[in-house]
Amino acid sequence: MRSTPRMRVGALVLRHYYLFRGSWPRILEMAYWPTINMLVWGLTSQFLAGNSNWVAQASGVFIGAVLLWDVLFRGNLGVALAFLEEMWSRNLGQLFVSPLRPIELVAAMMIMSLLRTTVGILPAALLAIPMFDFSIFKLGWPLLAFYANLLFFGAVMGLAVSSLVLRFGLGAESLAWVLIFALAPISCIYYPVSVLPAWLQPVSWALPSTHVFEGLRIAMLEGRFDQGHFLSALCLNALYAIAAASLFLFVFQVARKKGLLLNVGE
Amino acid sequence: MSVPTSAVRVENLAKSFGATHAVDHISFTVPRGGCVALLGGNGAGKTTTLSMLLGLLVPDDGTISVLGEDMVAHRFRVLDRINFSSPYVDLPHRLTVRENLSVYAMLFGLHHPRQRVEQLAEDFGVAEHLDKPTGRLSSGQRTRVALAKALLNDPELLLLDEPTASLDPDTADWVRTRLEDWRAKSGAALLIASHNMAEVERLADSALIMKQGRVVEQGTPQELVERFGRSNLEEVFLHVMRSPETSA
Repeated sequence: MRSTPRMRVGALVLRHYYLFRGSWPRILEMAYWPTINMLVWGLTSQFLAGNSNWVAQASGVFIGAVLLWDVLFRGNLGVALAFLEEMWSRNLGQLFVSPLRPIELVAAMMIMSLLRTTVGILPAALLAIPMFDFSIFKLGWPLLAFYANLLFFGAVMGLAVSSLVLRFGLGAESLAWVLIFALAPISCIYYPVSVLPAWLQPVSWALPSTHVFEGLRIAMLEGRFDQGHFLSALCLNALYAIAAASLFLFVFQVARKKGLLLNVGE
Repeated sequence: MSVPTSAVRVENLAKSFGATHAVDHISFTVPRGGCVALLGGNGAGKTTTLSMLLGLLVPDDGTISVLGEDMVAHRFRVLDRINFSSPYVDLPHRLTVRENLSVYAMLFGLHHPRQRVEQLAEDFGVAEHLDKPTGRLSSGQRTRVALAKALLNDPELLLLDEPTASLDPDTADWVRTRLEDWRAKSGAALLIASHNMAEVERLADSALIMKQGRVVEQGTPQELVERFGRSNLEEVFLHVMRSPETSA
């Protein structure tokens, strides 16, 4: 009787599946905010399209951007909330006296992030088709590249937040919502990087999300996939992932030294 | 490779939090198949000791061998052979009892998780609650579910932190009987941290009395009672706790 890493990761995914299966408001909530965001920006775009040549020409850019911003936001929440669930339910101590490795917890949270984000975004993306005659799926394969990069960066941010919550306790839980919004202005979701002050532009380019949103605008306005932005996002994501995973494992060791794994909960 | 004779061997174990010596260089062993109790008042270091044995807490000093493995360096080699229950941790309240036990059955890699979950639920008298959310159970029922979870992997070593705390006398007695039965059948070792002297007298082969992080007395319950000329372990405990000679 010995569990494999796949079984242990599967067990945690199953735990979160059970949680959602038993709560339809949670499932509804996942799709609610992306849909509302999409509707607000879709209607704003329709209004502006009648008053601006640029918007008329780039109709759909805002809807595409808001949908992809939600991928980043939900990717972050997917990981952070999966971790917070374990802390709220005082389950961390139980989990870590089972054969579960910390890195397997991270893997399970990443999978949960993928599932939660997809379930959350898909209804909004589908609704945009009849509402605004805009299908983000027309982007084709580049959409997959944008989606994967943003989801991954969001999950990496969620992992960093989880590390801070593990270290500083549930008093830091609001970081799950707050931190990612700090990246919104400098990720240039709705406007090009050139709009930012010159001194802030290098900071913006250091984010994978900026390259994705620049790439999205190029794809929608020029009809081409910019590989440079894609590769930049990919490399930056790899760097941030290594940093966030290292931070989590480091904090886990600190938690084992300070006895934080048992002293958690509401 | 020979099988180690002790389930737990602790030598010179120490842990401090700032200026507080939570555990102050203690040594003890739990023989295979034996039951040892850690006694002590609040803050005596019992839970800290258990946390170190489980690998949840890294000691400042000393060594811990669990089932022959160095628990500080290689805890993942033994975590599937031990288990634990404590009132300080919980199972997710929104999941049903069956869901919670199934998740842990999978974490421990059980071959027939469904049968095992149902059998343990039957053994611990929670079969009719299997499909209820864990949070809706009474504290006594939740304790029984936690114990069922702790026995899922048929552990060779079970660590229990105050297993009958907050239970009424009838339920507590019921739980002790189940633990006795399980131990007799499995031959597993048991380490209990407890405030409850009757429980210790009934379950434990030997007891260590901790005070301010140190082991100040140890022996079988009967030996301790005779050594101090008292009529039961509770009187011994009160004497030791109140006596300046045994202050750590």
